[in-house]
Amino acid sequence: MSATASAPKTDTPVTTVKSVPTGKKKPSSDRKKKSRFVYNGIGVVAFVVMIFPVYWLVVSALRPNKEIRSYDQTLWPSSFTFDNFARAIDYENFGTAIKSSLIVSFTAVVGAMIMATVAAYAIGRFRFYGRRAFMIVLILVQLLPPTAMLIPIYLQLNDFGALNEYWGVIVIYLVSTLPFATWMIRGFVINIPKELEESAMVDGCTQMGAFWRIIFPLLAPGLAAASIYSLINAWNEYLLAYIVLQDNDKFTLNVWLTNFTTARGVDYGALMAASTMIAIPVVIFFMFIQKKMATGLTSGAVKG
Amino acid sequence: MSAADMLKTPGGPDPQASDTAVADKRPAEVHEPKTSGGGGRRRNKGALLPYFLIAPTVVAILAVFVWPLIKTTIMSFQDVGRTELWTGAPAPWVGFEQFTEILGDSAFWDSVVLTIVFMAICVVATLAIGLGIALMMQRMSDWARLMITGALIAAWSIPLMVQASIFRWLSDSDYGVLNMVLTKHLGFDFQGHNWWLDYKQGFLIIGAVVVWGAIPFVAITLYAALTQVPKELEEAAAIDGVNAFGNFRYVTFPVIKPVFQMVATLSVIWDFNVLGQVWLMRGSKPEPEYEVIGLYAFNKAFESNSFSQGAAISLITVLLLSGVAVYYLRQLLKIGEVD
Repeated sequence: MSATASAPKTDTPVTTVKSVPTGKKKPSSDRKKKSRFVYNGIGVVAFVVMIFPVYWLVVSALRPNKEIRSYDQTLWPSSFTFDNFARAIDYENFGTAIKSSLIVSFTAVVGAMIMATVAAYAIGRFRFYGRRAFMIVLILVQLLPPTAMLIPIYLQLNDFGALNEYWGVIVIYLVSTLPFATWMIRGFVINIPKELEESAMVDGCTQMGAFWRIIFPLLAPGLAAASIYSLINAWNEYLLAYIVLQDNDKFTLNVWLTNFTTARGVDYGALMAASTMIAIPVVIFFMFIQKKMATGLTSGAVKG
Repeated sequence: MSAADMLKTPGGPDPQASDTAVADKRPAEVHEPKTSGGGGRRRNKGALLPYFLIAPTVVAILAVFVWPLIKTTIMSFQDVGRTELWTGAPAPWVGFEQFTEILGDSAFWDSVVLTIVFMAICVVATLAIGLGIALMMQRMSDWARLMITGALIAAWSIPLMVQASIFRWLSDSDYGVLNMVLTKHLGFDFQGHNWWLDYKQGFLIIGAVVVWGAIPFVAITLYAALTQVPKELEEAAAIDGVNAFGNFRYVTFPVIKPVFQMVATLSVIWDFNVLGQVWLMRGSKPEPEYEVIGLYAFNKAFESNSFSQGAAISLITVLLLSGVAVYYLRQLLKIGEVD
């Protein structure tokens, strides 16, 4: 807020803008062109640096294995092959890993969405004692360092007898995405005019009916965004899964990835292929919500 | 708690003084007579409804975050080893012994320093590069901006686990493209160079993953903030003879400052948690030089089977970062986000 306060100070010379002699404009726009050229150049360099690891991931996955084990890595592979993918899929437990990942992330997200929608509706529509405290807790919980929570949560799951069980991981994923999802959906609740609900209630709807018939359909885009975000988080999580799930056939995809590192070395071709397969759904989903993420993260919806 | 203080801080210019608050309050009054038509019991029900709605979330948060934290606190004053953990036998109370033992352990301080230095370098690098990219994005042609936005989003969407795998592959001693480029194209002798033997070089690679992975969020968020800076202000300052740096310092930065602070705080918290990246890039058993604080706690708990020490370290970590968390919260309250 101090920003807007200090802004008016510099506001005074605005009038001079109009009186700038037009003759002066030319050299400056010339210089602008030149500097734009420079900025574009740096932009291309930044583009290459940012995209290269992604490019290398995909290219390595599609490269014949003999080219991967070569001292002469070429920018473009001599031929494309799906051998690496085939090898990755043939790896032990690929099927069960997909199953685990799907079970864990979808169950967690569905549960989180139900609880988050209800809570978001409460804090978005009602004013009640303790509401602000509740909202602050939602933020603080997201700021808890996950590495520090690892041991407390592990011990808690041990108490519940949830170690090496899907439901242990599901509960943790569910609750970890809950604060973010609640906060995000609340943003959508606030933007739905109250009058819609009220007129439904005047027409004889109960509060519950008004919610289901009027609010819920309008919340759909928000729910979609929040669930995609939660899904990505659950899909990407590995630390907790790594510690809690001990049976090979319960590993989620991310934990399964560690299989490619053996004492004899790393099968990079298969690792890159497997990584590509894990990343593709995330990348696709991410495209839908990236705009909302950038704004959401700075307004209380902190990445979990 | 501190939450109560927070509530008062922005109290002066009530963040709810805006019209949304008015809009929010009015219907609440409208609802009430309607529901109370049935009698006192139903009005009561209406008042309890919001509590009913947040109850599942409150219970979940209590069970998964708050209660474990309380138990961690209790445990760190006991001596819980393997037998106590698995058989449920009562653990002896040891007072501050775990804390004195940890604080007296030089390995603990090594890991704290390592974590903080690493975090600071990563945060500064991320913010500098991210801000740089955001500023350039503002000034480049549309095609270039489109290209770089695409690259940023692509990098952003790559899962952490996959990011670490990619960078491990890039820095592989035999077939990694990094060594190849350094040797063949830049003339250094990096053939077969192992980046992990020296932990400083190892952390260079880990830092590269962290920074590379964090830049997209910073750049895109700051770019969004920069578009809010009125063009007239910058132009006016330029005409008044303010140079580019002064313009940034006195015109642009004050406008984007709240967002910048927020991004910085989040970066601090995220980069403090590098445990995962170290783990992934060094296999399941990292060398002692790579022992960041999360790893130190983990080893104490699971390798030495002293769960109380692991708990105590976790508690110390939470306390270390709570200052940053409160700062972030204050920023949010100041902006009026928590209305």
